[in-house]
Amino acid sequence: MTSDALRPRRKPRPRRRISIIGIFGELLITAGLLVVLFLGWQVWWNDIVVGGQQATAAQELTEGWGPVEAAPPSNPEADPVDHGEPVVSAVAEHGQGFATIYVPRFGADWQRVVAEGTSMADILNDPALGVGHYEGTQMPGEVGNFAVAAHRQTHGGSFNQINQLVVGDPIYVGTEDGWYTYRYRSTEYVLPSGVGVLDPVPQVEDAAPGDRVITLTACNPLFSTAERIIAYGVMESWQPQSAGPPAEIAHFFQQGA
Amino acid sequence: MYGALWRVLPGPWWVRVLILLLLAAAVLYALVTWVFPWVDTIVNVQEATVEE
Repeated sequence: MTSDALRPRRKPRPRRRISIIGIFGELLITAGLLVVLFLGWQVWWNDIVVGGQQATAAQELTEGWGPVEAAPPSNPEADPVDHGEPVVSAVAEHGQGFATIYVPRFGADWQRVVAEGTSMADILNDPALGVGHYEGTQMPGEVGNFAVAAHRQTHGGSFNQINQLVVGDPIYVGTEDGWYTYRYRSTEYVLPSGVGVLDPVPQVEDAAPGDRVITLTACNPLFSTAERIIAYGVMESWQPQSAGPPAEIAHFFQQGA
Repeated sequence: MYGALWRVLPGPWWVRVLILLLLAAAVLYALVTWVFPWVDTIVNVQEATVEE
């Protein structure tokens, strides 16, 4: 058992030498994997996480409005109560969450905070906000256009299913003052510069508004920012906080919910 | 690179696999927690608003 006897056995190990090209190749594979992982995180995993946070934030905002009583069941279908002219809240400060929005078509548990302003970094990308109100457009319940924006993908993907709205779908908006029920009417596709959708009468400049319109904007198509998808709704009814939320979203406010 | 990592790790093959899995989980956690959110602020190309 001399060292000479062992020497031939050690011979077949020269591949231990690290080759530059080999390392470079492995780095490229790693980089590719990281990019795929990032995209998966951005358009899928993070939407689930942030979407959950944004829904929780909406729940917490309504709790700040005092006890939102689901009872007594107003049952507006059978016995519609006229609560008169809708109360319009004062315009909030930039970045402040002042309303919540519920679209059952987006999911029975879907709820979001609406904040004043539509800047990306501090409102639309915020895990505690998500939906932004175009500054200068009207408030919920006001005659004119209550226009809001949200991401369709990434950062919670709030308006991900905006293309799946069906005529007549309810869009509920809640504020400290009351509950506003809008009904989805139509969809339009515009270029990113199509600010006419924000007019008090959408796409009709300088017209005197008569309806209470809600406008949702998001990007279109998916994985692109080439266009914007616009969903319009018209307000159907209003009820003050004292009357409780509409029956379809009352489950958000039941005890223990 | 990864070959060298494999050779550096101690123990039988299944211990090495276990260590590598733990390492991968740690790397993934760091990516999701710190790296990806940071990258997102740089490469964010998502727009949802209409503006002039």
